[in-house]
Amino acid sequence: MAKQIEIKHTLAIRWLHWVNFPLLAMMMWSGLLIYWANPVFRLSVFGYELFHFFPQGFYDALGIPYRLAEGLQIHFFFMWLFAINGLAYILYLIVSGEWRAILPVLGSFPRAFRVALHDAYIVKGLPPQGKYNDAQRIAYTLVIVMGAGSVVTGLSIYKPLQLSWLTSLLGGYEWARWLHFWLTIAFVLFFLVHVIQVAIAGWANFRSMISGRDVVEAPLAPVPAPDAEVGV
Amino acid sequence: MKTKKHAGNNTAELLGEKRRLSPAISDEVAKQKMAGYTRRGFLAGGIAAVAGILGWRWTSDETKLVLYRRSFEFNERVSAALYRPSRLAPEFSPDRVSPRRVNGMEGLAGEVNTDEWRLAVAGLAGRADDLLLTLDEIKLLPRTEMTVELKCIEGWSVIVNWAGVRFSDFAAAYSPRPDDLPPYVSLSTPDQKYFVGWDMPSIMHPQTLLAYEMNGAPLLPEHGAPLRLASATKYGIKQIKRIGRI
Repeated sequence: MAKQIEIKHTLAIRWLHWVNFPLLAMMMWSGLLIYWANPVFRLSVFGYELFHFFPQGFYDALGIPYRLAEGLQIHFFFMWLFAINGLAYILYLIVSGEWRAILPVLGSFPRAFRVALHDAYIVKGLPPQGKYNDAQRIAYTLVIVMGAGSVVTGLSIYKPLQLSWLTSLLGGYEWARWLHFWLTIAFVLFFLVHVIQVAIAGWANFRSMISGRDVVEAPLAPVPAPDAEVGV
Repeated sequence: MKTKKHAGNNTAELLGEKRRLSPAISDEVAKQKMAGYTRRGFLAGGIAAVAGILGWRWTSDETKLVLYRRSFEFNERVSAALYRPSRLAPEFSPDRVSPRRVNGMEGLAGEVNTDEWRLAVAGLAGRADDLLLTLDEIKLLPRTEMTVELKCIEGWSVIVNWAGVRFSDFAAAYSPRPDDLPPYVSLSTPDQKYFVGWDMPSIMHPQTLLAYEMNGAPLLPEHGAPLRLASATKYGIKQIKRIGRI
């Protein structure tokens, strides 16, 4: 059987993707060192507290040192690297045209719903898709927006006087802090779903984020007039 | 490699997404090539990961401190460039004042008798020794009120109503030596247990007060009676209570 090798993720995408992992991890770690000093957020329903962020056991288990100043120091160093990496990713998506594979359109939402039903083993068969299905498109676009949101809310907490217009836009200092926290929780949820989905998708899919490539079946008939030739 | 469009009525087609495909090759060759790409990917990624982890581990704490210090100084330059003395922090209506919150008692041991208390001011024009001021003398200067958010470095914030003298008004009345204008102002408690340094632009900001009243009443001892700094520009940790000497 004839095969074709498809470039799924370019070198730039792979590096930007993997470098983001330790950067975001450092931001979260140092963020916890800061959050610990004033741990006010909780999950509650009609005033009944379901979960408080975070129980003492959580800090103990992670060995969080109770050092606010150190947390701030690390946070205000890695924030630049996190922002630069994110910005480079967005610029690359725009310049390379890769945005075409990631951006959702209005019609993506019903298709994404269908994907969700499929992934929950409720219906069989996936709607037509490109490199990513429409649920992935929404998720991957959303996570970029979340990253930008973390930078923006972070800046408005960091310099609420110099950037007071930004802080006001976010509903004030307290709301900016609230958003900054819940965005982090959203990153954790994204990460969990992402890892589970990668595990389900299997080796070839995971490998494509390492090697950049995947093997696909070549059509039996010769490929009709290609649009363009690109280098291997 | 050749490109072809995704087929079917979907988002990929709508956005004109293209695929990058190699010419058709045999199963055998595909396996071989993929093994090579995969090996290369894991090798590069593995080396980068190990180098990153080991590099971070082998970087001494001293070096990391230098790194953080450098980035702190860089951040300081960025925020100084963004700083405008005319840009004010939002002010609130006095009825939005939060329940008061006490935090930090360093330098507040023992009691202070306001009648006996004096503010010592060093570095004034035309004198070598400290000028001693009573609270009544300070109250003669123009009174300013503001209701602003006090932000703690720990992450919480409260809305407080302050009354006092703008530091800039105070500095105009008791001016520092003009030939030797300091870039920083140092303030300490009478027992010197607590002290802060302020950069001149921040302390001269119109929302930095030498405050003697809080929420419509004279300052309480735990909030820094008889005189403290109150600011909308810096964290509470910089807003020294019970000032003894400037």
